Amino acid sequence: MTKSSSIKTWVRRLLNPEALRYLAADDPEGDRSFAEGAAQVMDKQLDRRQALKAIAGAGAAGAALVQAACAPLGGRSEEAQHRWEEFFKKNYRLMTETERAETVTRLTKLAADDRGGAPHIQTTPAQPGVLFGYAFNISKCKGYQDCVKACIHENNLDRGENMQYIRIFEIENGQQSLASANGSYYHEVPADGHYYLGTQCFHCENPPCVDVCPVGATWKEEDGIVVVDYDWCIGCRYCQAACPYFGRRFNWSAPQVPPESVNREQHYLGNRPRKKGVMEKCTFCIQRTRQGKLPACVEACPTGARVFGNLLDPNSEIRYVLANKKVFRLKEELGTEPKFWYFTD
Amino acid sequence: MSPTHLFQFFGDAFLSATRGRLAYHVWMGGLTFLMLLGAYAYSVQLQEGLIVTGMNDHISWGMYISNFTFLVGLAAAAVMLVLPTYILDDVDFGGAVLIGEGVAVAALVMCLAFVTVDLGGPHRVWHMIPKLGYFNWPRSMLTWDVLVLNGYLALNVMVPFYLLYSRYHGVKPDKRKYVPFVVLSVFWAVGIHLVTAFLYAGLPARPFWHNALLGPRFLASAFAAGPAFILMLLGVIDRFTDYGIRVVIFDKLALIITVAAQINLVMLGSELFVEFYQPTEHAESAVYLFFGLNGHDALVPWIRSAVALNLGATLCLSIHPLRRRRGILLAASTLLFLAVWIEKGMGLVVPGFVPGPLGDVVDYHPSWVEIWVTVGIWAMGFFILSGLVKVAIAIETGRMKAKGGDQEVPTESL
Ligand code: SF4
Ligand code: SF4
Repeated sequence: MTKSSSIKTWVRRLLNPEALRYLAADDPEGDRSFAEGAAQVMDKQLDRRQALKAIAGAGAAGAALVQAACAPLGGRSEEAQHRWEEFFKKNYRLMTETERAETVTRLTKLAADDRGGAPHIQTTPAQPGVLFGYAFNISKCKGYQDCVKACIHENNLDRGENMQYIRIFEIENGQQSLASANGSYYHEVPADGHYYLGTQCFHCENPPCVDVCPVGATWKEEDGIVVVDYDWCIGCRYCQAACPYFGRRFNWSAPQVPPESVNREQHYLGNRPRKKGVMEKCTFCIQRTRQGKLPACVEACPTGARVFGNLLDPNSEIRYVLANKKVFRLKEELGTEPKFWYFTD
Repeated sequence: MSPTHLFQFFGDAFLSATRGRLAYHVWMGGLTFLMLLGAYAYSVQLQEGLIVTGMNDHISWGMYISNFTFLVGLAAAAVMLVLPTYILDDVDFGGAVLIGEGVAVAALVMCLAFVTVDLGGPHRVWHMIPKLGYFNWPRSMLTWDVLVLNGYLALNVMVPFYLLYSRYHGVKPDKRKYVPFVVLSVFWAVGIHLVTAFLYAGLPARPFWHNALLGPRFLASAFAAGPAFILMLLGVIDRFTDYGIRVVIFDKLALIITVAAQINLVMLGSELFVEFYQPTEHAESAVYLFFGLNGHDALVPWIRSAVALNLGATLCLSIHPLRRRRGILLAASTLLFLAVWIEKGMGLVVPGFVPGPLGDVVDYHPSWVEIWVTVGIWAMGFFILSGLVKVAIAIETGRMKAKGGDQEVPTESL
């Protein structure tokens, strides 16, 4: 490329911030075009591998330090190498298919070393023609919280801090505001004169949490699921401040999951183990739903209060609910367009 | 500016920053001790995670971000001195302006430190470097803040460095070389403020912050607290060094502080009116802040003392005979500074999270780790500020200047 044309491209990119907004791209080709666009950027602007190599070369001492810090198990060289590469890998959305496969291999090996048993980590992409949606029947929910338990197990939630994605609120009949609700009850249910309402991440169509992230560590996938790249998040918690539904959870300490109860069927953007200092949230059980299964909470619910399905499929149950029931969503006035509706029988 | 000259300059600067009276050494030693305590507390936080702070999923920003927010204001305040001195050619502020810029540098370094200690993964910040990582600009206001803060830091390092370096060599600084940057820094100062306010105001999820007055109030309170701090500092310099500060500087600064404090009070009044005349569900954060909610009232004593300090200080400053007395002026400035620190820090950040979006009311109490890390960062700020001021004074008073025959030929001696 000649000098003048490269300057021209540069100026154009500067004047057209859209070109820089890959992560916010909502076009149907989003995921792929993003990766391609990014690949181009990487090739032209700066050979990232070279840059990283230079860094690695220059900081040999630092490298030794990081390796030592990263390999508390004795620092076998292969493991140290894996951890090193893991540290310098890209944002998941920027990775090529090969790079995704490589990181999955590394993660699988490392996890097998760490937790005695290799997980199966998928990278299943969004399926075409699918947009996931959820509906919650307030008339049916009895507050048993089987969904909460199923979610904890399915998604390898931190047992140390009792993390929960789902919250069930107990609300007095005649009340509607969540402020007057009881979000942590410990008595026999259903309690007389009360109804129950569950919340979790609502996978907004216009998710404010995605806009605010400074490093693009969280984004909306093609099938409408809002995900977090746990290895890319820097833990600034801006997204947590931006979420109007208390949908996000932070790992304030290193999460603890007893090895015998780890769910080893995992997805890179889903329930694979998180680490201290990163954000996480409900992923509509991406590891299950992209395989055509129902989320764990829907399957666990004994009353059938939970409905999940493809909003683009006119014959789905969720479409039936939306067409035939009186539905509402929380805080519609904010324009976030949650894909999570409440309804009554 | 050959490398040897630069080397010589920094060598001399180092010497004059490390030499001084016993009191200076005790002061710097004390600050170092506090920094070490802070570093220890931070090492605990790195080891255990942010669990050792008082923050949680409900109140996910606390003391660190509060201090960050306040310090952005302090940094921007230098502009109140810079504007008249360099642009309006009002030489009254001449001596003080370098001090003001020193305050800006120290405040910005503290800002960056506070943001860094707040991160869950500080070793992953390289993810923010464009090309190497991913910089979500222009979507995320946080990326704007990173840009404007670093830019402002660069400006506030460059201009004083150029001025002092010229003075050191006995050369008259060339206006054409630095005035454009000064003009830029004036706009930039307003920019860092508004951008930081937008960080909060851009979140409809938090009604307490989602408010168009947030930016302007930020500016007003910063232009009161910042010059108040500079005035306190000048008071100390005037008293303890041989670098005399002229009375007229105190008078003008006092006037700036007074007007800004008055405007700030007017805006506070207008905010309180809207929140409390017909309280809606959105006023609950303010209710929590000023009166407590469902028996949770951790912030009430803080904000009430802030309002009392604010009123008292503004009243003192507004009465001419009182303001003219140096002792009272310094005391009022100190109170005002404290009032804004509480109000723009804890009083702004924490109530934004209470009640939570789903109605949760949780109190926030900073942990010892947070308190000591905060103390450590403030000590670092004072350490940097003391060093910078010491060098600036040494150059301004002519005690530190280039010697030897190999210096650049002065075009015009001062
Ligand atoms: S509910 Fe909260 S976390 Fe989930 S997509 Fe919406 S804003 Fe983001
Ligand atoms: S906490 Fe992580 S995901 Fe959330 S905004 Fe910060 S970097 Fe992005």
